[in-house]
Amino acid sequence: MAGGHDQTGSRIGMWLFLYTEIILFGGLFVLYAAYFHEYPRAFAENGRELNRVIGAANTVLLLISSFTVAASLTALRQRAQRLCMGLLAVSLGCGALFLVNKYFEWGHKFAVGLYPNSPAMAGAPAGKNIFFGLYYVITGLHGLHVLIGMSLLALSLVLVHRQRITADRVTILENSGLYWHLVDLIWIFVFPLFYLIL
Amino acid sequence: MATTPSFFETPAPAGLTGIKAWLLTHDHKRLGLMYLWAVLFWFALALVIGLLLRLELMTMGRTIMSAGVYNSAFTLHGVIMIFLFVIPGIPAIFGNFFLPIQLGTDDVFFPRLNLLSWYLYILGGLLAIVSLFTAGGFPDTGWTFYVPFSIGTKHNVPMTVFAAFILGMSSMLTGLNFITTVHRKRSPNMGWMQIPLFTWSLYATAWVQVLATPVISITLLLVIAERLLNIGLFDPGRGGDPILYQHLFWMYSHPAVYVMILPGMGVVSEIIPTFSRKAIFGYKAIVFSSMGIAIAGSLVWAHHMYTSGMSDTAIFVFSLLTFLVAIPTAVKVFSWVSTLYKASIEMSPPLLYALIFIYLFSVGGLTGLVLGAAGPDIHVHDTHFVVAHFHFTMFGGTGFAFFAALHFWWPKMFGIMYNFRRAYIAATLTTVGFLFHYVPMFILGMMGMPRRSYDYLPQFAQGNALATVGGILLFTGIALMLVNLLLSFRSRIAAPANPWGGCTLEWTVPSPPPLHNFLRQPDIQDYPYDFTEILRKS
Repeated sequence: MAGGHDQTGSRIGMWLFLYTEIILFGGLFVLYAAYFHEYPRAFAENGRELNRVIGAANTVLLLISSFTVAASLTALRQRAQRLCMGLLAVSLGCGALFLVNKYFEWGHKFAVGLYPNSPAMAGAPAGKNIFFGLYYVITGLHGLHVLIGMSLLALSLVLVHRQRITADRVTILENSGLYWHLVDLIWIFVFPLFYLIL
Repeated sequence: MATTPSFFETPAPAGLTGIKAWLLTHDHKRLGLMYLWAVLFWFALALVIGLLLRLELMTMGRTIMSAGVYNSAFTLHGVIMIFLFVIPGIPAIFGNFFLPIQLGTDDVFFPRLNLLSWYLYILGGLLAIVSLFTAGGFPDTGWTFYVPFSIGTKHNVPMTVFAAFILGMSSMLTGLNFITTVHRKRSPNMGWMQIPLFTWSLYATAWVQVLATPVISITLLLVIAERLLNIGLFDPGRGGDPILYQHLFWMYSHPAVYVMILPGMGVVSEIIPTFSRKAIFGYKAIVFSSMGIAIAGSLVWAHHMYTSGMSDTAIFVFSLLTFLVAIPTAVKVFSWVSTLYKASIEMSPPLLYALIFIYLFSVGGLTGLVLGAAGPDIHVHDTHFVVAHFHFTMFGGTGFAFFAALHFWWPKMFGIMYNFRRAYIAATLTTVGFLFHYVPMFILGMMGMPRRSYDYLPQFAQGNALATVGGILLFTGIALMLVNLLLSFRSRIAAPANPWGGCTLEWTVPSPPPLHNFLRQPDIQDYPYDFTEILRKS
C-alpha cells in the first residue's frame, strides 16, 4: 500500500477504510438502538448478568494498549527502535489479555446457558434472546477486529525489527496504530452499551 | 507519436511476461481491460438467463423450466446483473482505465490495492458459481435476500451472500482508491472545477460506495450468522424484527442504484459535448447535481417499503425526499439537451447510444416518481410495473451508457475502430427490442400482474407474448453489437489518437496509451470542455 512517498495520501486511504469499519459496526448499533427501544427493561435486566469487573478491566487494557501504540510511534520518530519494539510488545500483550478475559467471560456465559438456543433460555422472554444475540454478534465481531489489529501490530513489530519501518518510513506502523485505536474506540462504545445499562 | 510503445507492449512491473504480465500487473489500464472481459462474461451469462426467463413467461403454465428453477433463475439473473455487472461495470472498467488519464496522472494511488480489488471481484464471481452446484443450489430468494425466507429456504444462501459480501468489498476498495487518487494524484495544474465530468461522477460514486457498502456487508454477515447460528435477530418468533432487515438492506441498496447510474451519467456528460463540438451546458450544475444525487439518494431507502407497515409519517418523509432526488437528476437531463441545442452535431454510434440513454432514462426516472409517490405505489407495488421501471433506469440507463462508453472509448483502449453501419443497426435493434420488451410490462403491472411469478392469468397472455418477442429482438441487437466490436480485432482498422474530436486529456495521448499515459506533463485547459482548439484544427 505504499503510494509513492505521499504519506498524506496513504493516510487518507486509511481514514476512508476506518470510516467503512465504523459504518460496519454502525449497522449493528442501529440494530441495538431499535431493539433497545423495543425492549428497554430486558436490556437493563440482562445487562446486569454481564461481569462489569472484567468489562472494566478490558476497557483499561485497551486504553493502555492504545497509549503504548501511540508512544511506540513517537519512540520510532525519535529513533529509539528498541523502545518502540518494547512498547509494541506491551500493546500486543494487552490485546492478548483482552482476548483471554473475553474467553473466560464467554466461557462462563456458556456454562450457565446464557446464549441463544440454549436449553436454559428456552421459553425466555424475547428481549433476553435479542440482548444476548446482539451481545455475542457485536463482541464477537469486535474480538475478530482485535485479532486483525494484533496481526497488524505484530507485522509492524517484525518490520521495525528488520528496519523496514524506520523514522522516515512510518506509514505501516502509523496505519496499524490507527486501526488499533479504532478497535479501542469501538470497545469504548460497546462497553457502556452492554455492561452499564441503568 | 506512432513510435511510442503502448501499454500492451510494456508490462508493469517491468520484467513480467506472458500471462503474468496481466495477472500480476499494477497498471490501471491492464486492470481496466481485465475487468472488461470478466464483466462482459457475466453480462453475457445473465443476459442469456434473462432471455430464458422471458421465454418461460411467453406462454401460460410451464414453457421451458419448472417453477423451482424459475425462482433460482431470476435470483441468479438479479445477483449477477447487480453485483457483477451494473455496480462494477462502468467504474471498474472505464473508471480504472480513464480516471487517472483524465486527471493527468500515471496510475491510481494504490495500484496494488487495485489488483486486490480485481481478485476479490473474481473470487466473488467464482463463489457465486460454486454456490450454484452445492448445498441445495442457488438461492430462490430474489437478489434482495429478504428474511425470513432467506433464513428458512433450503437453498445455498450463505455462500451466495458471502459472494455478494466479497464483491461489496471489491467495490468499496475501488471507491477508496478513486477518492484518494482524485485528491492526491490529480495533475498539480488541475483545479476542482477543471476535472472532467466523468471523473467527477466517479468521485461522487466512490463516496457512496465507501459510505454505504459497509451497511450491506454487515447485513449480509448477519444473514450468514442467522443461517449458521440461528440467533433469531430477525425472527419475530424470538423477538426479532424482519422489517429491520429491510431497512438495513435498503440503506445500502438504494444508494447503490446511484452507484449504478452516476457513472453512466458521467459517460453521457462526456459524449454529448464531444459530438456537439460545444461546451457542456452548466458544467458546475452537473458537478453539484452529481454530489446532490449522492447525498439525497442516501436518504430515501425506505421508499421500497411503503407496504411494510411503516408509520405514515415515515412514508410521507421518505416520499418527499424521493421527489427531491428528481431535481438534480432533471438538472442533468436539461443540461444535456441544452448542450445539443444549436450545436454542430456529428452523429456517431456513441452519440446514438447516449441519446437513447437520455430518452429511456427519462422514462425510467419519471416512472420512478409514480413509485415514489406513496399513493400510486400501493397499487403497483411488487408488480411488473416495478420490473419495467427498474430495467428502464438500470438497463435503458446504465446499460446503454455502458454501451455508449464501449463505443466511445473502444478506439482509445485498443487503438482500433469498429464498423459504424453494424453499430447503428445493433443500436436500433436493441432499442426497438427494449421498448417492445419493457413497455408491455408497465401495462401488465398496471393491470396487476405480480413480479417474480412463474405463471399468470389469461388476461396477461398477450402482453407477455409481446414482451418475449421484444426480448428476443433485444437479445439479437446486443449480440450483434458485441460481435461487431469483437470483429474490429480482425479487421484492425487503426484508430487515430483523437477520432472523435474530444478535448479531455485521454484524447491527447496515443491510442492505445503508453505505459505512463503521458510522455510529458500534460497541459490542463482552463475549462475542460473548451472546443476552440479542436474547431480551429478541423
